[in-house]
Amino acid sequence: MDVGLMQMQRRLAEYTSALFKEGILDSQYVQLQELQDESNPDFVVEVVSLFFTDSEKLLNDLSRDLAQQNVDFKRVDAHVHQLKGSSSSIGAERVKNACIVFRNFCQEKNIPGCLRCLQQIKQEFLLVKSKLETLFKLEQQVVAAGGSIPTSGSLPTVQQPIL
Amino acid sequence: MASNGLVSPRRRSSDQFDGSDPSPCGSEEVHVLAVDDSLVDRKVIERLLKITSCKVTAVDSGLRALRYLGLDEEKTAGDFNGLKVDMIITDYCMPGMTGYELLKKIKESSALREIPVVIMSSENVLARIDRCMEEGAEDFIVKPVKLSDVKRLRDFMTRDVGDGTSSDGGGTTHKRKLRESFHESPPSSTVSCASSSAPAASTTRSRSPSPSPSVSSSKPVTATTDFDFMGFFSIRGKSNNGRHVEDSDQHLNCLKEETVA
Repeated sequence: MDVGLMQMQRRLAEYTSALFKEGILDSQYVQLQELQDESNPDFVVEVVSLFFTDSEKLLNDLSRDLAQQNVDFKRVDAHVHQLKGSSSSIGAERVKNACIVFRNFCQEKNIPGCLRCLQQIKQEFLLVKSKLETLFKLEQQVVAAGGSIPTSGSLPTVQQPIL
Repeated sequence: MASNGLVSPRRRSSDQFDGSDPSPCGSEEVHVLAVDDSLVDRKVIERLLKITSCKVTAVDSGLRALRYLGLDEEKTAGDFNGLKVDMIITDYCMPGMTGYELLKKIKESSALREIPVVIMSSENVLARIDRCMEEGAEDFIVKPVKLSDVKRLRDFMTRDVGDGTSSDGGGTTHKRKLRESFHESPPSSTVSCASSSAPAASTTRSRSPSPSPSVSSSKPVTATTDFDFMGFFSIRGKSNNGRHVEDSDQHLNCLKEETVA
């Protein structure tokens, strides 16, 4: 077997495994991978791209919402709720968790808290975005070299951490 | 799978079929109308349903759903826009008409009430689940929706026609049975994903909503990895306060009743 391909696949496996270990992705991401097949080879990338676009818009909305003179917390909460939902649906665990915390500050109508949370969410979002983009590149390389992408379920040490 | 609680002695919308329709699990595909305002979720549910051999029509609002079903502006359902719908799966929290309101409208319609309606929600709130089941929902799935959830629904759809297996026969009993099954402990992970310790197991809320935090989905447990921003751990302890809020107006109402996801 092509050693280069093997190495690439191993790198991919390790990279993916790390994402789960670090809690950046959770089992829902694996679900998405399982929905991908020859008839829908780009499913994961497509859904994740939707998530990126959706989230960027929501994050902008949130920045705007919180910058208002009279903050409409219902509106803020609704946006965070949406973001929480979509991040949960793709397995972006840390983004989702940050949203959960945000909503508590929303309920308390705590603007500084909300602003801090928003920062946190933005950071987590940028992190998962960058990680996934790298992941997709690695996958592309494997596929281009004639390999196939294993779903994370078949990787040796993919498990969620309890830190 | 073990008892899935989805025992409905009710016949499906076979009553609505004209005589030419064979049993839907035979040569026909199950047609599901999916309702969700989130684009991401629509894409996922669509794929989940397609991969389980369902035909899918996905719309982004309750209003669009009603229009599709022919229940437009108080008109009685006459011509369907397209294919006959075998099941409706809807998000709970949506702007405008909530999934609950959509459920009510469907159950109030003589033409549509036989169509099973499944509610999806990211919020695992017992009061919400109860209210939906009481209004006639077939099942309640906690998001994120998994393949195992949809497979279970699919099995229900195809099994329901004909012999109404494993049901205790009573029309109302099945709902009680569903509620009882709510309090069972969740099955272990149905997804073949890697060894995620507990989380996947707990998300099939039709089994056990377990609103009290101690029993609650282990999602919180794994969610708290290295993330302790602003006392996240203490927040996790809050539980549903059981408020019963009317969903009379805005979608935001559906967000009032829970404290923490």
